[in-house]
Amino acid sequence: MAQPRVLVIGGGLAGLSATMRLAELGINVDLVSLVPVKRSHSVCAQGGINSVNSLTRQQGDSEWKHFDDTVYGGDFLQHQPPVKEMADWGPRIVDLMDRLGVPFNRTPEGFRDQRRFGGTLFKRTAFAGATTGQQLLYSLDEQVRRWEVEGKVKKWEFWDFLEPVLDDAGRCRGAICQDLVTMQFRAFPADAVILATGGCGLLYGRSTMSMVCTGSAVSRAYRAGAWYGNGEFIQVHPTAIPGADKLRLMSESARGEGGRVWVPKTPHDPRDPRDIPESERSYFLEERYPKYGNLVPRDIATREIFDICTNEGLSVEKDRLCVYLDLTHVPRETLDRKLGGILEIYEKFQGVDPRVVPMKIFPAVHYSMGGLWVDYEKSSSGGLVEGSPRNQQTNIPGLYAIGECDYQYHGANRLGANSLLSCIFSGLFCAPGVIAGCDAGGKKAAEESSRLFESGLRREEERHRALLVRTAGDENPYDLHQQLGNLMTRVATVVRRNEQLVAAYAEVCSLEERWRRCAVSDSGNWTNQNVVFTKSLGDMFPLAKLILKGALQRDECRGAHYKPDFAMPGIHSTDPAEKRREAEAWCDRFEASTRRWLKSTVAKCGPEGEPEISYQDIDTSLMPPRPRLYGLVGGEEIEEVWKERQRAAGVGGDAQKGSPAYAGATS
Amino acid sequence: MIRSVESTGHHDGGQQSQSPDVAGGNGHADAAPQVVRVRILRQDAPGEESYWERFEIPYVANMNVISILQQVAAQAKSRDGRRVAPVAWDCNCLEEVCGSCTMLINGRTRMACSALVDRLLVESADEIELRPMSKFPVVRDLVVDRGRLFHSLERVKAWVPVDGSYDHGPGPRIAPENQEDAYPLATCISCGCCLEACPQFTKIEAVRREDESADEFEARRNAAFDKGFVGAHAISQAMLFNGHPTGKMIADERLTALTSQGGIQMCGNAQNCVAVCPKSIPLTRSIARAGRAATVWAIRKIFDR
Repeated sequence: MAQPRVLVIGGGLAGLSATMRLAELGINVDLVSLVPVKRSHSVCAQGGINSVNSLTRQQGDSEWKHFDDTVYGGDFLQHQPPVKEMADWGPRIVDLMDRLGVPFNRTPEGFRDQRRFGGTLFKRTAFAGATTGQQLLYSLDEQVRRWEVEGKVKKWEFWDFLEPVLDDAGRCRGAICQDLVTMQFRAFPADAVILATGGCGLLYGRSTMSMVCTGSAVSRAYRAGAWYGNGEFIQVHPTAIPGADKLRLMSESARGEGGRVWVPKTPHDPRDPRDIPESERSYFLEERYPKYGNLVPRDIATREIFDICTNEGLSVEKDRLCVYLDLTHVPRETLDRKLGGILEIYEKFQGVDPRVVPMKIFPAVHYSMGGLWVDYEKSSSGGLVEGSPRNQQTNIPGLYAIGECDYQYHGANRLGANSLLSCIFSGLFCAPGVIAGCDAGGKKAAEESSRLFESGLRREEERHRALLVRTAGDENPYDLHQQLGNLMTRVATVVRRNEQLVAAYAEVCSLEERWRRCAVSDSGNWTNQNVVFTKSLGDMFPLAKLILKGALQRDECRGAHYKPDFAMPGIHSTDPAEKRREAEAWCDRFEASTRRWLKSTVAKCGPEGEPEISYQDIDTSLMPPRPRLYGLVGGEEIEEVWKERQRAAGVGGDAQKGSPAYAGATS
Repeated sequence: MIRSVESTGHHDGGQQSQSPDVAGGNGHADAAPQVVRVRILRQDAPGEESYWERFEIPYVANMNVISILQQVAAQAKSRDGRRVAPVAWDCNCLEEVCGSCTMLINGRTRMACSALVDRLLVESADEIELRPMSKFPVVRDLVVDRGRLFHSLERVKAWVPVDGSYDHGPGPRIAPENQEDAYPLATCISCGCCLEACPQFTKIEAVRREDESADEFEARRNAAFDKGFVGAHAISQAMLFNGHPTGKMIADERLTALTSQGGIQMCGNAQNCVAVCPKSIPLTRSIARAGRAATVWAIRKIFDR
């Protein structure tokens, strides 16, 4: 019988860690990537990777607390067993990356140094300067290169995934891909296909994501029948450098190393920021969240920055929204050692030295918490059963999703430095289950009749040919992409309103209609980037629609999804009895909202390509949901009432040890 | 003439519109040009003749070469108004960390993303010139095949030879000064600038024969690569791993590679590599270290016989 063969699509952290583990377990892997895998978007991750470590453990930290911070940060929208398993694996994963040679920053005694990131009170984040993602990716790239030399891995770089191949029973048996140089098509029979294709930031035009992050691979799987979960949850990172071609990330580690966010109290104060005295500055995050300060979770920091600029009119500049991110009080030597990479980016692209002058930053689309729906098998201890073929498997048997393109780990909001962990974890952890699943398909994919693959090949060739001959259309794909990006940025980022979402949905449908009239300006069949872009633009519309529809239907505020019309007002009264009444009413509403909306959004692609949305219950059996206040000033009364209710109900677990937090109180 | 500018000339009508950016501060605010002229050396496919094509696009504050190329793709018209296929080029992260977008910009090898137009116009006010790298085979226009660069990493075994990915506790303790020594080397983005600038690194272009399978072609091509100079980036990576407590367990294998054909002896000490490295990696220091290590190792080999 033929050896099993696995096809991995995408060579970022998730795809490479899966490839490495599979090869090590004796499996032959085909690794397909749009770019040389060393150039994958994971290189852009800056700040670090979270895990409990020997130091934090002695300060009272544990895997359980990492798990708790993650689900609390995600506003409890995740199924809890996979998150628990990930937190449990954290220390082992960072140890492994350390062994692979990642140059983590060191303490004077030679141990790994750690810094604090958002949404936790512990210094849990190991880091390699401010290019941690790059360093992690390189070390995995090196190991996969080793396996390539051994002959276990075959790389297909500059190849595009076009569609999964399903057999009559609906099982994935491989994929159709296209060589982006010769434009030739090829069928890859495989006993399992793993998608590790990252996020979909390009739906928003400019974002912090790389140019390959179009979401097209995921969209193609979605149209082939894979479900998409929690699409409406898009992370907008609080701090990015606005640019004409890209919004470049300014890592959370800038705040982790002491960076302070502020605006002048006088709107558009024309003075040099260095000349503005302390008394005339508003450090609004520290003022509103004294406990977490500048390290509140990203959704909250983003909303506060957006709010201070738009509602309070305190943007630093008059014609452009931005606030100061100030590192000038941190010693230059510390900055160079711990943040060098990102400060150089700022200096290179803005021409200003952030060690001397406060940076000007503004939020930007950064991460897709949502992604392909994937399954898991829960263990008796509340984690996952290692080796189960259900882990990371989409609803299509034999088709898996890992890394940013799955929906599983970050709920309604991702904590900083958890993404690198979830990517590596899902890649390493899924491998034994994928192999077990290979046997479930009966005969090996290589023994399947070629007919199975020919229909997919023909469909893709036809789709491609149809685009190439469309040279006479009157629409420009780059122009349409810009319009889509502007629209999505306007209605589906920080603040969402139902009337805007309804209008935007219609507008996306009309953009999609116009896309059908797109002219390609290159009709050739050699390295035709024009037709590849046009194709991937077409794949953005189904995802845009499911994001908009999911956002429209979810009438609540949760993590990154914020609707002012459904925000829960904070406590305004000063009279103790009235305060109490307001807090009781608040907790009543919170409970009602939890009952109604603490559910995964699941989108299925309808016959006309329209999303059909349903909701699934979430496993919150390990940690009961609680209000998310993060020590907000004015939230104490709510906290008090909530604790009383939990005590009366006899639930709470560790929850009471953490600090309740709530994201909507700032409306 | 500029055509179809209305629809595509302005990047954003929204909140982050292109107002003069105080943070930009390049001193060109008074004399901001209306348009940017660019000439691009094009080539339709390997083996085809190359040719120049000129474009003119609207100037936007804080542009980089990527935004020029995005605009060139969007308008798909040459300066004289002819409809032309968009220029092909490589890019991904746009923040100088993925290493994709290397090209010759005004004759100098560098990354297109961090090449800011305002500064380029100081170099050559009339027209910006873009050419593909000359040391790698052109695939199309500004896209070149840098497979040789990654193959060099195989040659020098640029990895830590771990037993596997099972848990064995943390890696070795490392002194902060050793980490600080290694980290700059580890930031190499494989862009190829150091190879483009190196007089000893010459182009190797293999063309697949009709009677040859893909695997046969790859084997023949890699054999040709193995005879050529590995280049500064691979030497530096070898030194990175020879300095790592576990990596050095196969230090001799790396030195074998560095002292065989196409190895360190080919370096002519021109020091161009370090001058063009966008990440300011101390490449010449790595080369000097490799030279010393190779000498010591060669002597040791004689006495070990």
